[in-house]
Amino acid sequence: MLNARRLILAHFWVAFAGFVLALFLGEWQMIVRSPLHSWADHPELYYRSVTAHGSEMAYVFPTLVAMGFGYAICVTALQRPLVGLKTAWFAFWLVVVGTVLAVVTVASGHASVLYTFYPPLVGHAGYYVGIVLVVVGSWIWVALLTVNLRAWRRDNPGAKVPLAMFANVAGAYLWAWTAVGAALEILLQILPVAFHLRTTIDAGLARVLFSWTLHAIVYFWLVPTYIAYYAIVPRAIGGRLYSDNMARLSFALFLVFAMPIGIHHLFTDPMVGSGLKVMHTFFTAMVTVPTFLTIFTICASVEIASRLRGGRGAFGWVKALPWGNPAMLALVFSFVMLGLGGAGGLINMSYQLNSTIHNTQWVTGHFHLIFGGAIVIMYFVIAYDLWPQLTGRALGSLQLVRLQLWLWFIGMLTVTLPWHLAGLFSMPRRMAYFDYSSAALAPDAWTVTVSVIGGALLVASGVLFVYILAAAHFGARIKEEPYRFSVALHEHEPVPAALNGFAVWFSLMIALTLVNYGFPIWQLMQLKTTTAVPAVYVGGGE
Amino acid sequence: MSDGNDTRSGAEIAEHVELQWAIAIGVIVAVLLAIITFTTIHWSTMPPSRVEVIDPATLHRSGEFVESNLGTGVDQRNRVIVHLLAEQYSFNPRCLVVPDGVPVTIRATSADVVHGFQIFGTNVNTMLIPGYVSTFVMTLNGVGERGMPCHEFCGVGHAAM
Repeated sequence: MLNARRLILAHFWVAFAGFVLALFLGEWQMIVRSPLHSWADHPELYYRSVTAHGSEMAYVFPTLVAMGFGYAICVTALQRPLVGLKTAWFAFWLVVVGTVLAVVTVASGHASVLYTFYPPLVGHAGYYVGIVLVVVGSWIWVALLTVNLRAWRRDNPGAKVPLAMFANVAGAYLWAWTAVGAALEILLQILPVAFHLRTTIDAGLARVLFSWTLHAIVYFWLVPTYIAYYAIVPRAIGGRLYSDNMARLSFALFLVFAMPIGIHHLFTDPMVGSGLKVMHTFFTAMVTVPTFLTIFTICASVEIASRLRGGRGAFGWVKALPWGNPAMLALVFSFVMLGLGGAGGLINMSYQLNSTIHNTQWVTGHFHLIFGGAIVIMYFVIAYDLWPQLTGRALGSLQLVRLQLWLWFIGMLTVTLPWHLAGLFSMPRRMAYFDYSSAALAPDAWTVTVSVIGGALLVASGVLFVYILAAAHFGARIKEEPYRFSVALHEHEPVPAALNGFAVWFSLMIALTLVNYGFPIWQLMQLKTTTAVPAVYVGGGE
Repeated sequence: MSDGNDTRSGAEIAEHVELQWAIAIGVIVAVLLAIITFTTIHWSTMPPSRVEVIDPATLHRSGEFVESNLGTGVDQRNRVIVHLLAEQYSFNPRCLVVPDGVPVTIRATSADVVHGFQIFGTNVNTMLIPGYVSTFVMTLNGVGERGMPCHEFCGVGHAAM
């Protein structure tokens, strides 16, 4: 067969390639002609999916990442075993049980209310109880971090709290306080109605309480990413952190300003007055400051790494960076998406421009870009960086890691950039279907198609990510080495007391909450006419 | 950055550069806020805000949102005023007719759950929360037809609204 081998292989390969393609066509035909077809795009299933997708991506996924990473920092930065391991496991199981309860309730169609709840729509109590359990589990994590830090301080009086731990605890306190808003809404307003103890609910007050949580929760998601920027990337690329104190200042500013600015989510709402909306605009402008500081400090840190590798010139040093290093790639991808998403955020927070894009697809494009893009790509880096420590084995091929990161970056831009455009064309949000034959929507239909293609890239990237992590459990064993964080350029720079503790920042945060949220909540609670409206039960009149 | 002749320590240079950047950030934020303040005060451009309450369970029986009063009308001071009611899953009236190039006051509320209201190709954009009345003034220029969908999730039929 020697001289005809290639000929025969050619025949077989073309035959089998065409065969597989035709198989897919056949199955697609089966689905489209079956009763499944109309079931597949029923709006009720769409909103179930949106509720489940939103709840998992907003409440469960980032919470578990923050908790896991938080414990990892506790152990490696403080260099001592975790105090309260059993309690931590209990908290973990609370989160898991809560998640399962919420997901089962939503999957069975009893709580298609979206992860933003939106009373007077009220679903089955199981969904809300599930979310509460997740939050309680995370609050236990906050308490454990406090206990561990206190134990370390007792054994190291007056010592500088390692930067990663300082940021970790700042993020935890931010979360603990910001979760209170949604917790009040669920416990005091929604659950009594879900359990049929009451039949009316004040939708305006519920929205104000939810806005308390809604903005700062994204900073809770952001903290692990920023910890990666400051404490992991400079080390991973062979550089130094430009300034330890500036890093601390950024996290302290997040702790103060991230939370009491939520009313910029309510700019077009009728139950809050102009004065408060303007006030929240000004404070929202304050929360851009730590991100600006971060961009500077991290770019400077990256430049250090390049110059240590021989980079020269005002801009030529960029070429000398370790571009093959996944951490380097991910950082640049993250910064590009942070820049684009951050610019979008500046538009959203602008008191007047907000009216152009409120509740259009621009908003959905925005938060997928900045959270799903800039933030989550660094969650991947955190996992890749910690995995050898956690499994005792090396990650597989770095080429696969780089491919996964590229797919995520290209996929996310492909999904979200046309999405922003659709929003500028006024496409409304939370639509289960569109009538693309209508003259108003036909010109924008291509944006949705492009997003579908990007979404496929994201799915591929996500599957690849899980594969890489799973495969690493069977990888080559490595010698155990202590885990190191990045070192500051001026290592022995003294740290001011305010940047070594949380009392000042925490008090400012509470005070600012009282000022920024005290009045709107008080005003709504003491209106002469009751603003409680009948609840509308979702999912079979539960 | 620094050249070989600089006698300051590295830490001092770093602090100086960071201070310059902090000032730059301050300027950026201040310019943003100045633009917002100017448009708010000088042009009185802002999202609609007036905390006004109403009972959604009885608004159909009496008051300005009874069915016969919904839609476009003229008030005692000859201003064009529209009364709009949102419910699962349509607006009432489903089609709004308003004059071209004239300020129109819209007073709207929801009869049941949270709805949104926007007009395609304009920045008319507001939330309709049951229990509260949304009031705003708009001027539409140019004769034609525009979509006015609900843009907030209000239940299973939201996409049809």
